[in-house]
Amino acid sequence: MGRIEWAMWANEQALASGLILVTGGIVAVAAQFKGWPFAAYSIAAGVFVCLLEYPRGKRKKGSTMERCGQKYFTAVVKVFGPVTRNYYVRAILHAALAVPAGFLLSTILGMACLGIASAIYLLAAIRGEEWNPIEQKPQERPQVGGGTIKQPPTMPPPRPPVETRKKQPAEVAGQENPVPVAVEAE
Amino acid sequence: GALTSENEAAWLGLNVFLFVYYFLLFDRDKKFYYTRVLLGSALAWARASAKCLNFNSMLILLPVCRNLLSFLRGTCSCCRRTMRKQLDHNLTFHKLVAYAIALFTAVHIIAHLCNFEWYNDSQQAADGSLSSILSDLHQDEESNKWLNPIHSNSTVTYVTFTTIPGLTGVIITVALILMVTSSMEFIRRSYFEVFWYTHHLFIIYFAGLVIHGIAGLVRGQTAESLNKHNPEHCAQDPTHWGGNNKHSHCEEPEFGSIPAESWQWVLAPILLYVFERVLRFWRSQQRVVVTKVVVHPSKVLELQMHKKGFSMEVGQYIFINSPSVSRLEWHPFTLTSAPEEDFFSVHIRAVGDWTENLIDTFQQQKPKTPRIEVDGPFGTASEDVFQYEVAMLVGAGIGVTPFASVLKSIWYKFQHADQRLKTKKIYFYWLCRDTGAFAWFNDLLASLEQEMEESGKASFLNYRLFLTGWDNTAFNFDKDTDVVTGLKQKTSFGRPRWSNEFSAVATAHPRSVVGVFLCGPQALAKSLQKCCHQYSSLDPRKVKFYFNKENF
Repeated sequence: MGRIEWAMWANEQALASGLILVTGGIVAVAAQFKGWPFAAYSIAAGVFVCLLEYPRGKRKKGSTMERCGQKYFTAVVKVFGPVTRNYYVRAILHAALAVPAGFLLSTILGMACLGIASAIYLLAAIRGEEWNPIEQKPQERPQVGGGTIKQPPTMPPPRPPVETRKKQPAEVAGQENPVPVAVEAE
Repeated sequence: GALTSENEAAWLGLNVFLFVYYFLLFDRDKKFYYTRVLLGSALAWARASAKCLNFNSMLILLPVCRNLLSFLRGTCSCCRRTMRKQLDHNLTFHKLVAYAIALFTAVHIIAHLCNFEWYNDSQQAADGSLSSILSDLHQDEESNKWLNPIHSNSTVTYVTFTTIPGLTGVIITVALILMVTSSMEFIRRSYFEVFWYTHHLFIIYFAGLVIHGIAGLVRGQTAESLNKHNPEHCAQDPTHWGGNNKHSHCEEPEFGSIPAESWQWVLAPILLYVFERVLRFWRSQQRVVVTKVVVHPSKVLELQMHKKGFSMEVGQYIFINSPSVSRLEWHPFTLTSAPEEDFFSVHIRAVGDWTENLIDTFQQQKPKTPRIEVDGPFGTASEDVFQYEVAMLVGAGIGVTPFASVLKSIWYKFQHADQRLKTKKIYFYWLCRDTGAFAWFNDLLASLEQEMEESGKASFLNYRLFLTGWDNTAFNFDKDTDVVTGLKQKTSFGRPRWSNEFSAVATAHPRSVVGVFLCGPQALAKSLQKCCHQYSSLDPRKVKFYFNKENF
C-alpha cells in the first residue's frame, strides 16, 4: 500500500459532485422550482467542474489509469499551468463554486459533495501533492536486437543441455501443437 | 457461472416487479387520491423507488458475509457444486446492488425534490384551489390528521433540514456518495485504507435509513375517512366538505401516515453482518503456526501452516492477513496443499505492494516469524474431479494453482487405494506464457512423475506443458525461461490444438467417461465445451466427455 495520495480521491469526489450539481440543476430548471436561476448556475458550475476534473493527474508512485479519452482534456487543463497544478487553488475554487449552489435545495447535495471534495483537496495540498498531466509516451515498436536483425531466427536459442532437448526434433517453434499426443496403451 | 446469472436475473426481476407494483399502487389507489392532487405522479416515483431501496439495502450486506455463505453452501449438500471464484461473484453482486441503490436514490431524491416544492407551493397558495384547501386541513389541531406536512410559510430548504426524513436523507446520501467515490476500483486498489475506512460509513447509512421514515410525512387517507368521504366523488366540491349538505355526504377527509418499514427489511441482514464480523474476528484470533517457509524462484513464497481445527478440500482458498504488513488487508490465496497432508500451504507470488512486503518480511528471517492470520477455507470443493475414470485437467496461467492441490490429492488417493478415487488416468495440460513464476509447479510435476515411475505407475499421469507466449510473430528472447528442465514429457510451443488432444483421448479410451476440468479464461472454457460436445459419442457405451462448468 503506497502512501495515500488524497488528490486521487478528491478527484473522484469532485467529479461525482459535478455530476450531482448538473443533475440537481436540471431538475430544478426543468420543473421551474422557486429560485431556479441558482440551478442554472449549478449546471454551468457542474459542467465546469467535470471538465476540470475529468483528466486524472499522474500518481507519484506507480502507474496511473487514464480515464477514457482524457488526453484531450489533459491538453487543455495543462495549459493553465500553476493554476490547475496547485491543489490549494482547486480547494478554494471548489469551495467558492459550491457556495451559490447552497441556496437551492436541489443543488444542496452537490454543494455538500463539492465542499467535501474541496476539503480533501486542501488536505492533498497541505501534503504537498500536485496535479501533473499524464503524458503520452511514444509507442515503441518492440525491435528485437535494436532493429539490426532483419530475419529473426526461427528456433529458440540453445539452452544448457537437458535430456529432453534431444527428443525435440527440428521443429519450427511457434506452431500450434506440432507433436501428436502420446497415446499410451492401457 | 450459470448460478450467478440466474440469481442476477431473479434479482432484476424482483426489482422491476417491486417498482412497477408500488408505482401503480401509489398512482392509482384511492387512498392517495388527495396526496396525488398535491404531488402528481412524483408520489409514486418516490414510493416505488423507496421500496426498491429497502429491498436492495436488505440485500447489500448479504454477499459480504463470506463465512456465513460458506457455511450455508457447505451444509446444503444438495448444491455441492464447485463455485468458480466464488468470492468474485459475491463482490460482483454486492457492487451491482450498490449501483442499484445509487440509481434508486437518485430517482427518490428527484421525486422528493418535486414533492417538497409542490407541498410548499400548495401550502402557500391562497387561491381556494383544491390543493390549498387540502393543505389547510387539520393544520392547527393537535390531531395528526393533516395531509400537507408543511404547516407554515417557509422554504423547502428549511423544511428539509428541520424534518427527520429531510435531514436523515441528506446525511445518508452524503454517506452513500462518499462510499461510492472511495470504492472506485482505482482508489480501492491503490489506497485500500481510504476505501476500507470510508466504507464503514455504511453504519451511518443504515442507522439513517431506519430512522428516515419514522416521521410519516407522506400520507394517505385513513380507511375510516374513506368510508365517509369518497375522493372521486367529493373532490369536485371541496368548499362544501363537512357542511350539513344533503347532496354531498362529504366529511372532511382525514389522513394518516404510512408507517416506517425500513427496519423490517434491514434488521436481519444487519444482525447477520454483525455476527459475520464477530466470526471473522474470532477466526482470525485462532493461532496459525507457520511450519515451513520456502522461497521459490521468481519471488514465490511458499508458506506451510498449521491451524487447530483447520480442514480443507481440493480447490479451496483462504484469506491471509499479516498485521506486520498491513493491519486491515486480507488477501485470498488458493490452497496448494492436498487435504491428505498434515499442513496447509499457499504459494504467494509478488504481484503488488502487499505481497512484496510479505515476501520481504519472510526473507529477512527475523527471529520471530511474522504473525499470520487465516480466514477460511472458502469455496465448495468439487469431489467430482475424483469421480471420472479419465480426467482431462486444464490449467491456464495462474489457474494452474488449484491443480497443485488436485494432483497431489489424486496421487495420495491412488497410492492408498482410496475407494473414493475412480480415476485411472489423468491428462494434465498446463498452458502458460512462461513458467517463470511457476517453477515450483514445474518441480511438483517432476517430483510426482518421479514418484509414479518408482511405483511403476508411470502411465498414470500424462502431462503436457504449452508455452503460449511463443507464436509465429513474437519472439521473447530476453525472457529468461528455462522451460523444460527436468520435464521428461514434451514441451510444446504455442497453444494446444484441442481437436487433436480430444481425438487422441477418445481413441485411447473408447469406452470411458472423461471429465474435463478447467481453471482458466472463459474463452478457453468455450472451446473446451465445444470439443466435449464434438468428441462425445452418441452411443452411450462409447466415450463421453463432460465439461465441468463450475470449475475451480
